[in-house]
Amino acid sequence: MKSSNQIELTAGIFLALAIAALIFLALQATDRGVVSGGSYRISASFTNIGGLKPKAQVSMGGVTIGMVEKIELDPVTFEAKVHMQISNTYSDLPEDTSASILTAGILGDQYIGLEPGGSPVPLQEGDQVLLTNSAMVLEQLITKYLLSGDSQE
Amino acid sequence: MIRPLREMGIAVVFLGQAISRMRLTRLQGRETLKQIYYAGARSLVIIVTCGFFVGLVLTLQTYDTLSRFGAADAASTVLALSLFRELGPVLTAILFAGRAGTSITAEIGLMRATEQLDALDLMAIDPMERIVQPRLIAGLIAVPALVIIFNMMALLGGVFFAVFVMGNDPTSFWGNMQNSVEFGRDFLHGLGKSIGFGVLAAWLAVYFGWSAKATSEGVALATTQTVIATAISVLVLDFVLSAFML
Repeated sequence: MKSSNQIELTAGIFLALAIAALIFLALQATDRGVVSGGSYRISASFTNIGGLKPKAQVSMGGVTIGMVEKIELDPVTFEAKVHMQISNTYSDLPEDTSASILTAGILGDQYIGLEPGGSPVPLQEGDQVLLTNSAMVLEQLITKYLLSGDSQE
Repeated sequence: MIRPLREMGIAVVFLGQAISRMRLTRLQGRETLKQIYYAGARSLVIIVTCGFFVGLVLTLQTYDTLSRFGAADAASTVLALSLFRELGPVLTAILFAGRAGTSITAEIGLMRATEQLDALDLMAIDPMERIVQPRLIAGLIAVPALVIIFNMMALLGGVFFAVFVMGNDPTSFWGNMQNSVEFGRDFLHGLGKSIGFGVLAAWLAVYFGWSAKATSEGVALATTQTVIATAISVLVLDFVLSAFML
């Protein structure tokens, strides 16, 4: 039989261990956003974003450089406006960078792929990417294909 | 049909009494800490070992399954999400019932059988206050703590498998997990569940001990009932809580 002091000490150590594990999990296993360190915001308008969701990756050349922060519908132009956070490491993206909505694999998540342009002027905080490609929506592709098939007959 | 319903009612009244007669004194605190030691700290061995192996096997299975779809990258996400939201709380609660719940039931049942509870009553010490409440609070605190430790051990098991057996890069393992696991929605969701499971497991263990027949058979039966009732009600409550929280 342990003394009551020892028991209380062990119980305290047990709880401290649980709190340490909680901190470990909070820091190591859950999201701190894709962007660690500083970031700047840019936006892009798409006619159709397909299944893009907030927190989706933003990548250039296959490397993740940021994340989608929020998506809203512009009440005037009725285009979807996607706000993105880009890591400060990549602060020299050319101003004529283009953005398209791509899909990882056949069934994968949708993400935004950026293609660098050639302009020497970099994108600034709050700038809008003007060249955009909307998401490919499967139903629209099929409709298009079926209709074009009909017209040929 | 009537008897189980009646028993459920008695159990609810019992819990209500225990909560309404709650008095937080210094002695109560010490007693609770002691119960956290017996129910929580003494369960560490089983939780740590089981957690590690659950992490290992889960990673093994998800790697094998997902690589058939070319999505082996998602294994760490699947591991973390299924652990945080379901497996961690549920398995810990069931292990807790087997390790700590049974000993609580047997202890209180034996106190009942040897008339120690009546003796406390005679000495004007409320057994509800001295025996029941510390165990309930200890369950409420110890189970979430055990769940956190279980989750951590399972993740370490997963990393161990992914890095040392499959030869993956630990950075991408953690990175994929961080990209898609949210602290609030996934982790706290599971932690919220585990608080409910903690109260449930401690409540059932204490109740079956308290209402055990004062014979050795009665205590044996009560211990069995604790495990069965906890396992069933944890799984039912798991569905109900998930449906509410998602």
